[in-house]
Amino acid sequence: MNRTAVHPPLTVHPAGSAAHTRRAHGFVLQSPAIILLLVWSVVPLLMTLWYSVRNYNLVDPTQRGFAGLNNYWYLLTDPDFMTSLKNTAILVGGVLAISVGLGTLLAVLYNEEFAGRGIARILVISPFFVMPTVAALLWKNLMLHPIYGVYSAMMRAVGLTPVDWLSRYPLATLVMIVTWEWLPFATLILLTAIQSLDTEQKEAARMDGAGMVAQFINITLPHLSRAITVVIMIETIFLLTIFAEISVTTAGGPGVASTNLAFLIYSRALLQFDVGGASAGGVIAIVVANVVAAFLLRAVARNLET
Amino acid sequence: MTVVGMLLGDGARAASTLTIATVNNGDMIIMKQLSGEFEKTHPDIHLNWVTLEENVLRQRVTTDIATHAGQFDILTIGNYEVPIWARQGWLAELKPGADYDMDDIVPSVRAGLSVDSRLYALPFYAESVMTYYRTDLFQKAGLTMPQHPTYDQIRTYADRITDRDSQTYGLCLRGKPGWGENMAYVSSLVNTFGGQWFGEGWKPMLDTPEWKAALQWYVSAMKADGPPGATSNGFNENLALFASGHCGIWVDSTVAGGLLFDPKQSHVADRVGFAAAPTGPYGKGPTWLWSWNLAIPASSRHADDARLFIEWATSKAYVQLVAQHEGWVAVPAGTRVSTYNNPDYQKAAPFASFVHTAIDTANPNGQTKQPRPYGGAQFVGIAPFQAIGTQVGQTIAATLSGQMTVEQALGAAQASVTRTMRQSGYLH
Repeated sequence: MNRTAVHPPLTVHPAGSAAHTRRAHGFVLQSPAIILLLVWSVVPLLMTLWYSVRNYNLVDPTQRGFAGLNNYWYLLTDPDFMTSLKNTAILVGGVLAISVGLGTLLAVLYNEEFAGRGIARILVISPFFVMPTVAALLWKNLMLHPIYGVYSAMMRAVGLTPVDWLSRYPLATLVMIVTWEWLPFATLILLTAIQSLDTEQKEAARMDGAGMVAQFINITLPHLSRAITVVIMIETIFLLTIFAEISVTTAGGPGVASTNLAFLIYSRALLQFDVGGASAGGVIAIVVANVVAAFLLRAVARNLET
Repeated sequence: MTVVGMLLGDGARAASTLTIATVNNGDMIIMKQLSGEFEKTHPDIHLNWVTLEENVLRQRVTTDIATHAGQFDILTIGNYEVPIWARQGWLAELKPGADYDMDDIVPSVRAGLSVDSRLYALPFYAESVMTYYRTDLFQKAGLTMPQHPTYDQIRTYADRITDRDSQTYGLCLRGKPGWGENMAYVSSLVNTFGGQWFGEGWKPMLDTPEWKAALQWYVSAMKADGPPGATSNGFNENLALFASGHCGIWVDSTVAGGLLFDPKQSHVADRVGFAAAPTGPYGKGPTWLWSWNLAIPASSRHADDARLFIEWATSKAYVQLVAQHEGWVAVPAGTRVSTYNNPDYQKAAPFASFVHTAIDTANPNGQTKQPRPYGGAQFVGIAPFQAIGTQVGQTIAATLSGQMTVEQALGAAQASVTRTMRQSGYLH
């Protein structure tokens, strides 16, 4: 729209007028989509902002009116909030580190020729197609349950005492479950990236006497760096909002040991019915997500330039 | 359905559809199965069931009624919600006719459903708390369970019968976080140890020696004699553990009796003994009383039809119907005196008179060690309790799993309860 403003008066140049009309028509035709998008994104945001400064508790309608920054104050000074931020960071960081690290190694491995490679590739990718709730239930009841679980049966078989994974090591167990879901994604992307690596480079390196490790560090890894950045970005976006796995396995507990920001907001809104406090949490989550996204996008842009 | 009804023009009244929100507990499942009988006698009423797990049901029902969404015509709610919601004007008043025989309802249960002597819900089943134990394990260990055990005795017995190699755990207690799960048990435990949630002026009293003593008993007993993974065991999980022979002693709702003594559902039906709920150092205190009730939201557009259904589902005739189809041991317990007077029920359910006395004498407003501003035994009858109970429930679960010490947990709980009470305007 700024460009139309610096145009000379439109009546003088018939051509400009035509362009203007065309643009106006274009805008009219586009407007339903644009308005829909605006309504879609801006209205919920404004409502969240509005609720976050209101006293609004579903089960206690006697609490009404303007709360000012009270909701934010109560949230930011809540020890659970800091724990949830820390847990979010551990979840995202842990899953990223393992899935990218292991994913790179698996990608290299599955790039080599071996018997049954096709089937092995399908198997390593398949966890990605399991729904998060189903995956979490499988892990909770089938694998890790201290009485009925496969792991417990295995531990008992060799005379060990079964570990109650989800209550002893809740966050580590969640990292494991989520990694299991996301490792296939990392492997898949990195594998396709490796396949685009020119084999002549490796051959040349081998003739110069570079070993497997040296080849990996000096050729494969630099070649993969773009793909790795993309994997990190996409995974981060999804991992920041992990909810289903937590809700199904630990319900944020024990205590708040496995509560991340998304689950904290849920528990404020739907377990404690405090819409005001939950909205304040939502606003903070938006800020966090935007800060992370800004850094990531910059990193990706820098990586794509070189 | 309304449209279809009008098109078909079936007489003077159009057919209406009642949407019923209920919990997936055994008794409610039976109600759903038998509701065909109701539809047969009321051909112009169709029933649409929404059956959910307890915590999910609470979320759905609470958000629905608080936002006046009007999605449900009949709600299944506890005696915690009934008075609070009735005071908000969210529930329709009920005036069942003479043939419903309101005097047959156990008085303590009825009292929990009335506000200013107006009735707002009809009881579907009611429960208090009792101790279940395995008679064969006690015999093997040479123990006898007294009629009124103390918590010290329970601990001694549990230590004796725990046998981890055969996966027999001496003591099963609720550990799953939630105000209606572990906090229901823990609140009643704390009461009998002399503790309470709030003192005068709504001052939270969680960092007191009484709470500490109660929790130390709970955590150390569960560590020594409890099943692994206790923090994920609620009522239903413990029921499954006991019924499959993994538990020696279980302190929980009286409603489990009907399921544990039912040979169709329990492997230990012939080896279950029962006694009163254990007492702690204080010994007295308010007694656990919970009822699941059917109520009609004030916003329902089919209130008259809904009345017909809830009166049917809580009637004497319904009890007979369940007895016919599922046997006497499975009838909804705790609500009607006539059920307990029935010789068939007494024969089928050896625990009948015991449970009747427990519920009849239950006094959720009984005196705690110090004066208190609230009512309720295993809950606190104020709106913010759902939030408080959920938070503290998580903290208690963290002590059970060893993530926090009892002192740390109670310090954190005291702080978080104080915050919530201040935020909701009770404390200044």
